[in-house]
Amino acid sequence: MLIRFIIKRVLLMIPVMLGITFISFVIISLAPGNILSSLKMNPYISEKTINMMEQAYGLNKPLTERYVLWLWQVLHLNLGISIYYHASVMRLIMSRAMNTLILSVSVILVSWLCALPAGIVSGIKEGSYFDRVIGLFSYLGISIPAFFLAFILLLITAQTGILPTGGTTSPLYGLLSPADKLYDRLIHLIMPVAALAVPQTALYIRLIRANIIEIKRSEFVTATAARGVKRSKVIYVHVLKNAINPFITLAGYDFASLLGGAALVETILNLQGLGTLLLKAVMSMDVFLIMGNILIGACMLLIGNLVADIALIYVDPRIKSRV
Amino acid sequence: MSRPLKIISNPSVFIAGAVLFLLYMSAVFAPFIAPYPYKLQNRAYPNAPPTSIHITVTVNGKTAFVRPYIYRYALSDIHSQTYREVKDRRYPIEFFAKGKLFYVKGAEIHLLGTDPLGRDYFSRLVYGGRISLFIGLIGVGISFGIGIVIGTLSGYLGGIVDVFIMRLTEIIMSLPTFYFLLTLAVIIPAGVSSSTTFMLIIVILSFIGWASFARVIRGMVLSLKERDFINASRAYGDSIWGIVRKQLIPNLMYYTIVSVTLSIPGYIISESALSMLGLGIREPDVSWGNMLSEATNIEALTSRPWVLSSGICIIITILCLNIIGDYLRARIDPHINV
Repeated sequence: MLIRFIIKRVLLMIPVMLGITFISFVIISLAPGNILSSLKMNPYISEKTINMMEQAYGLNKPLTERYVLWLWQVLHLNLGISIYYHASVMRLIMSRAMNTLILSVSVILVSWLCALPAGIVSGIKEGSYFDRVIGLFSYLGISIPAFFLAFILLLITAQTGILPTGGTTSPLYGLLSPADKLYDRLIHLIMPVAALAVPQTALYIRLIRANIIEIKRSEFVTATAARGVKRSKVIYVHVLKNAINPFITLAGYDFASLLGGAALVETILNLQGLGTLLLKAVMSMDVFLIMGNILIGACMLLIGNLVADIALIYVDPRIKSRV
Repeated sequence: MSRPLKIISNPSVFIAGAVLFLLYMSAVFAPFIAPYPYKLQNRAYPNAPPTSIHITVTVNGKTAFVRPYIYRYALSDIHSQTYREVKDRRYPIEFFAKGKLFYVKGAEIHLLGTDPLGRDYFSRLVYGGRISLFIGLIGVGISFGIGIVIGTLSGYLGGIVDVFIMRLTEIIMSLPTFYFLLTLAVIIPAGVSSSTTFMLIIVILSFIGWASFARVIRGMVLSLKERDFINASRAYGDSIWGIVRKQLIPNLMYYTIVSVTLSIPGYIISESALSMLGLGIREPDVSWGNMLSEATNIEALTSRPWVLSSGICIIITILCLNIIGDYLRARIDPHINV
């Protein structure tokens, strides 16, 4: 049953992936100029060399042919060569994807750990003093973009020097012992995770709180209470279980917005991640690198959604019967 | 359904509305509010600090209040670009003079200091709001327009059209949005006029934005479609467009207003993100986003923290929109608790 569902979903991902990559490919080719434009301006590079490079990279072929060629490469797990970095796109992305993945996963973990207790208490004790403070925090939190928080944190750390101001590792990272390496990475993670986790936590708190309040007022809770079940049991067993279920899927779906926010925070805090890689690629019109990034981004997104849907099947028996 | 609008009884909504109104008005009347043109460079005053405004005069140990005045600033050290006030004479601030909100004769007034080219930061902030605030409004308007037309058609016609449109929206919604925005931004050629860039950014944002609207509208149309008043309209012989225009769209109005309000922040953030990275509005034109790109320089950020002022404007705008949007949503559907 579940296997069939997964296979069906994976098969459905194929046309979506084709659509995404083709649209991106068309857009890049619509852009004025290509990676060789800047080389053409250089009087020391002859027209012959440019033509040779054009042929080597297949830039003179028609659009559809280039797309099919690229797709053929991708099917052989080869994402092509980045002209800007003179390196394999696959290796470039692999070296960066880990950092972005660590960042995003830490953000999801941290924001869940903070939002879950806060949202639950604030939903159960609706209207209390605690609820109001948390409400104010979450309101501000959803209105402050992560990149602005990154600026503020950067300003604070630059003034006080309590944390390193950006970067993925210290300049002398290579010389450190394994334990120090781990510590070095962790303290570099604090700032970006904080910047991204605050808005995320605020959003989760609002959703959890609203959901708990809604379920508290639903008929089955009234019925359970009317049957004489203790109030604490009604709340901690029946309300909580039903209120938390939908959020298991949320973590998977939030990957998309996190990738975007992470890209900005990476740029501001000068981190080595997929976002900064894509920005370089876009700035230099490095077609294969852009395509590689989009492909990986879309893959992460679709896999995140799939995992979320599978998790939902496990927690919600109503959906199981429909699969 | 429609309870009376009690905005006045809700102070936070009232304040949010007033602030938002002021922000949009200052953007519209930027030439009046801003003391200097946003492109005007004053190379003699690079990186100047905010001008302090004085309202008291101390003569022989006695302090008296006078109308606001400022002192002239002079570079005290050209290398570290530090300034000092020259207290040789007072320059009173004149209000509503020379076609400006405020004006100082004989001296420079920089409420938020100047940038490295000596351009007045406050003036740039006011002019920058023009682009940032209106990109949000127009962008959502266009995405919503497309979304409502495609969504109603998809829901109303059903069949193959519906399947095709829904697959298309799924593709667009499975895009890693920000990555895709960056890629789309390469279409903007360097050196085009600011209004062209403005339009292109709106097109780019709407290209992604319409899909989610279309899906929700389709869902609502599907549930409305079978209701009796639609059947009645059909029985009277109204055309599909007539039904869509006269019956479906008015019924979607409430949802529209709420989701437009709550969607504008996303557009404002996207524009500022693109411009901050140098892919949106470009120098010498100004938006709140590209003003922030200066803050990516840690040197500028620490020595002149007011480079973040455009970010604060963005936050204030988003906060106000969220307050108003939440209020409207709660009014339409009292069951939603936010």
